Parts: sequence; structure tokens; C-alpha cells
Amino acid sequence: MSEVKFSKEHEWITLEGDVATIGITKHATEMLGDIVFAELPEKGSNVEKDGTAGVVESTKAASDVYTPVSGEVVDTNQAIVDDPSKINEDPEGSAWFFKLKMKDQSEMDSLMNKEEYDKFAKESAS
Amino acid sequence: MEIKKTSLNKLHQSNNAKFVEFAGYEMPIQYSKGIIEEHKFTRSHSGIFDVSHMGQLFIYGDETLTEELEKIFPLDLKNLKKNCSKYSFLMNEDAGIYDDLIITKIEEGYLIILNAACKDKDFEILYNLIGSKFKMNLDNNRSLIAIQGPESVEILNSIINGVDQLNFMTGNWFDSDNQKLFVTRSGYTGEDGFEISISNYKAEKFVENLIEKGAQLIGLGARDTLRLEAGLCLYGHELDINKTPVEANLRWAISKSRLSNGGFIGSKKIMSQMQNGANQIRVGIKPEGRLIAREKTKIFDDQDTQIGEITSGTFGPSVNGPIAMGYVDKKFSKVDTKILLEVRGKKHPANVCALPFYKKNYVKGVN
Repeated sequence: MSEVKFSKEHEWITLEGDVATIGITKHATEMLGDIVFAELPEKGSNVEKDGTAGVVESTKAASDVYTPVSGEVVDTNQAIVDDPSKINEDPEGSAWFFKLKMKDQSEMDSLMNKEEYDKFAKESAS
Repeated sequence: MEIKKTSLNKLHQSNNAKFVEFAGYEMPIQYSKGIIEEHKFTRSHSGIFDVSHMGQLFIYGDETLTEELEKIFPLDLKNLKKNCSKYSFLMNEDAGIYDDLIITKIEEGYLIILNAACKDKDFEILYNLIGSKFKMNLDNNRSLIAIQGPESVEILNSIINGVDQLNFMTGNWFDSDNQKLFVTRSGYTGEDGFEISISNYKAEKFVENLIEKGAQLIGLGARDTLRLEAGLCLYGHELDINKTPVEANLRWAISKSRLSNGGFIGSKKIMSQMQNGANQIRVGIKPEGRLIAREKTKIFDDQDTQIGEITSGTFGPSVNGPIAMGYVDKKFSKVDTKILLEVRGKKHPANVCALPFYKKNYVKGVN
């Protein structure tokens, strides 16, 4: 599996072969608070880099989830739809959102590595 | 305008509060445990709420004050006993609501608790009506602390002996720590609890004392989910100048004895709506599934006609599901009516339901 990369919209992404797994970062969940609703893209649909690909709602507000890369949705995580609190518990592990079959793997190049993201998250939070 | 702070601001900070601006005040929306934990803690133990941003209006006077206030509020104040509280409204001539409030008859006159965002305007309106005859004090020197939840009576009584003898919707002055506190048994969560009016300079120590006894600070976020589960209105959402108490389904708050003769501001409209019904009415709404329908969500019937709008919607932690309140056309206001909610461009099924979502646990007569 590839190195974990991060987007400015606070998604994380890993790549295995040409299938990317995407979720939201721990930092994002801390900003959102208790997550009580998740909506995921439909399996088989195509999503475009930086387009919306889902929704999360906390007790406070609704937020769009974006996809950091383009591709076809090949799997979604029903467990987080059934129990959205899992997203707060393990956002960068078992609470992934969806898997994409990527069209253009070079889209990964513009994303941040962990060190860059941590710095970005720290700055955007203050 | 500079943001205002309550006398508990430092205590909020040291308890890792996340702050928001609310009605010109820097207020805690949540602490480190988060809204759901805070909500559940209040329902099972005891939560402390800083509501010092709310207005505490003391009006001093005798029976002539009662007569004047009856010209304003739809209440039978003549027969209201000393130290008893009533929920009411300040309205305009069309029965539009300027504010909802709690009024308590006290030895010296009346104490009225007002919403933070409305209190200055309320004062102006009331001052223009009765200010020349009666002394009015919107007291900024006092903080207001609410303590809510099943363990609150024991915790508060260990600090202010005797509060356990208060009935629901009554209050009294108590002596504690060399000062006079006004305590009412009331609240905004659906739980048994109290609100304590206390001098600003004593407030922090008092709350620290409550925390030592096992209560925890709760933010505005959980205050909102708690009151919504209890089916209680929030001014600016369920209530505003374009809504009347009848439309808001708050007929119970209007004293029956005042309906025959009227004579309070807005009485004509109220009496007409009581007879003929209102076109729109506030209802409880339960979306099917987990979908949350927030404020301003449009409500439709199955013919694609808009029939109303959501005024508050969130996830109810004790209900463990989404809940909402809103206004619908009268013919859709019956419990179990199927409606549709438009969220992110799609229509989702929901049901009109009875309020509250969560059974209230107010204390019954203790004495």
C-alpha cells in the first residue's frame, strides 16, 4: 500500500494497485465534533477530483465530503452509515468512506504527505 | 461592537470550552467531551449551564404593577401566588412574538427572565409602556446559572439548603455564602433542575463548588439538543415576530380567564385564532432513517406542494435519531401525517409526531 496522502479539504487517501481508499482525517473529525450522519456516493458512480462525494453531519452542522482524486466508486463503507459515531472513533482506519478505481494516478502527486498535512492542519485551525 | 463575556468566561476557558458568539456574547458551545456526552450526562447526572447572557429584569411595584402587566401579558397575574412562575410572551398588537419569557411574582414585584438577543429591545418596549410609573432594572450585576438533571436537586441542596422544597415553576430567595440568591425550580432541558440568580463576583466560586459536588459544565450545543428533545421552543427559530402563540401551539401558556375579556396586547388576534384556528401550526417532525433536516428545510406534501418549513432540526442523543420541529399547514398537523423533507435537492419521508420527543422529568409537588 502507498504512503497516506492528504488533501486541503481534510481527506486522507491510500492507493493499492489502482484502487484508492478515501476517508476524512482525525483533524477533520475533531473540528466537526460528534458525527451523527454520513451519506456516501453510489457504487458505480463516477466522481471528479475536488467534487463532492458525500456528506457528514455533526450535531452542529452538515459538511460536504470531497474526493481528492477522480474515479469510479467501487466500494462504500456501509458500517459508517449505520453507525456514524465510528467515524469519530477511528477516522483514519476502519471508518474509511469509499474506494475509487482511479483513472489518473498522477492526481496523487499534488496531495500532501503527513508532515505537510499536519503543518497545514495546525495552521488552518489557528 | 466588542464581544461581551459572562463572569464565568475564565472558568469556561480553563475547562477547554470551544466558544461561539451568541447574541453578542462569547459563549461555550461545548467542552472537551463534546455535545453528545454532555447531553447524556445532563440526562443521567447533572449539567451546569451558564445562561448569564439572558436578561434578568426586576420590576418593582404593588397591585398597580400587576394591573399594568396584565395589560401586556396574557396571564392571570392577580391570581398568581407569590414566588410562582409562568411562561409567557411579549407580543405586538398582531400577537407577533417579540420574546418568550418566564415571569415570577416576587415580594418586591416581578422578575422576568428574557432571551439574550431580545433583552434590550424588550426593556425598551416595557419601559415605554410602564417605565414612567415603576422602577425597572435589567440587572447586569447578576449571573444566571442553570443546573439540570436528576442529581441536581441533591447537589444544589447541599450548597443551598432548602431548594429541594421548591415545587416546579416556583422560586424563592435563599441565603448562601452571605448573599441572597434567587432560585427557581425550572429549566430548558426537560429534566428536573434549577436556575440560580447570583451576584457576578460570586458566580465562579459557586459553579466551582457545583463541579466539586459532581455536576459538569455543559455548552450551548447540548442545551439545544436537550431543549429540542423536550419539544421546547427557541426564540429566533420556532418563535419570532411573524408567529403567534396560537400558531406556535402554545395555547396552554395563555390564561383561560384572560380569553373572555382580552385586554392584553395582541388579545384580538389571539382570541380570533383560538376560535378559528391558525393556518400554520408548530409540530414535531421525525425524519425516517438517520437523515437530519436542519432549519429552513422545506416541507412538502405528496403532491409536491410546499406545506411548511423546519425551524430546528438535529440529532437527538437520547432519542438516538434525528428530530425536528417546524410549521406546517393546519391540515397536515395531525400526528402520523406523512410529509416530505427536501434535503440537498432530494425529498425524504418524515412523519408529524407528538411532542416532546423525550418524556419530561419535571418534579411533581414536593410540598
